[in-house]
Amino acid sequence: MATNPMTQFEVYRIGPEIKIGAFDISFTNASLFMVISSLAILIVFNLGSKKNSMIPGKIQLLAELSYTFVSKMISDTAGSKAKPYFSFIFSLFMFVLFCNMFGMIPYTFTVTSHIIVTFVLAAFIFIAVTIIGFIKHGFGYLKLFVPSGVPVVLLPLIVIIEIISYLSRPISLSVRLFANMMAGHTMMKVFGGFVISLGIVGGWLPLSFSVALTGLEILVAFLQAYVFAILTCIYLNDALNLHH
Amino acid sequence: MIKKYFFQLIFFNLFFSKEVFAAKSGGMPQLNPEFWVSQIFWLTLTFGILYIVLSKFILPKISANLELRKSQIQENIEAADKQRQDSESKIKEFEKIILKSKSEAKNIFKETREKTLKDINSKKETLEKQINEEIKKVEKEINELKKTAPQRINKIAIETSSEILKSLLGTEINNSSISAIVDDLSKKNGNKYYDN
Repeated sequence: MATNPMTQFEVYRIGPEIKIGAFDISFTNASLFMVISSLAILIVFNLGSKKNSMIPGKIQLLAELSYTFVSKMISDTAGSKAKPYFSFIFSLFMFVLFCNMFGMIPYTFTVTSHIIVTFVLAAFIFIAVTIIGFIKHGFGYLKLFVPSGVPVVLLPLIVIIEIISYLSRPISLSVRLFANMMAGHTMMKVFGGFVISLGIVGGWLPLSFSVALTGLEILVAFLQAYVFAILTCIYLNDALNLHH
Repeated sequence: MIKKYFFQLIFFNLFFSKEVFAAKSGGMPQLNPEFWVSQIFWLTLTFGILYIVLSKFILPKISANLELRKSQIQENIEAADKQRQDSESKIKEFEKIILKSKSEAKNIFKETREKTLKDINSKKETLEKQINEEIKKVEKEINELKKTAPQRINKIAIETSSEILKSLLGTEINNSSISAIVDDLSKKNGNKYYDN
């Protein structure tokens, strides 16, 4: 059957083919898990905010803890000016986290293990942050590429390096998440394959490894969502509070 | 024998698994652009809806809930503080009242003690006065009695001696001679009877 560790990343159509012009926008398994993740987030947080009891219940506590967690993360890294972008970063963090976590259930599809998804998110963040930076500081935003206290001789080199690092932000952001998710899931699949092929005699070692990897992958799923969100906050901080 | 089988089994399995992985390995499905547009479309759609619903409906509610709880807790803390202060001031009042009543009780005790002492003293004085007066009166009477006693005794002695002589001698004897004798005797031995 699916012994190739890469088959789990294959996208296939669910239902009929939908086309707008030349573009194929059919509903796929990837779309299904995007919808499931978003719905799960909305259901959890709707239940968590429905009634306000003085002593919160489990779901309410979960929702409020997530809220304070993200809000603290933003205020710690980007300061109070980043408050208008709270909803976006919250949605982003929750979306990535839920997609990662749904991917940990066997036989599911991991939305964030596709470079195109993470790249679209990262590119959107990059463009939005750049626009915010230019709106807030005008052309003064270009001072971001000229760090203070650098000798004049080194300045051209430093500016080029800064520009390259700035432009590579969306790539590094998207590849980090995508590569982490893909590598983890591939590794689990490989070890799962070893369990089957080594059978009842030798399969215990890869099985125990697989169990340990599951724990690690759940940690990575949370950590990568956190890293994605906190890097967004850091980029936003550069755009909002320009001090270099 | 068993050992040999065991190793053969493991070896064979490893060999077999390698065959399986080698046979079907294709490229990365992620780099196949067939469904890229679909993924971008659905990502934009789902994430857009998620963002709008979260930011318009759910997050403001959670924020309001948190704020409300914070303010309620603050209010409760303030109310508790106020009540604590109230009870503290009441305790102080209570202590004051107790102190006051204690000092009042002391005063009352002192006053009554002094009053009774005064009473006792005045009564004592009047009693002493009365006693003194009585004593003086009695002394006076005694003194008077003492003064009149010799004369009376003399008289009695004269009368009794004249009676005794009359019965003995059978004749009347002149009282004046008897009284002269008695007077003489009393003068002589008076100091013996009346230690004046």
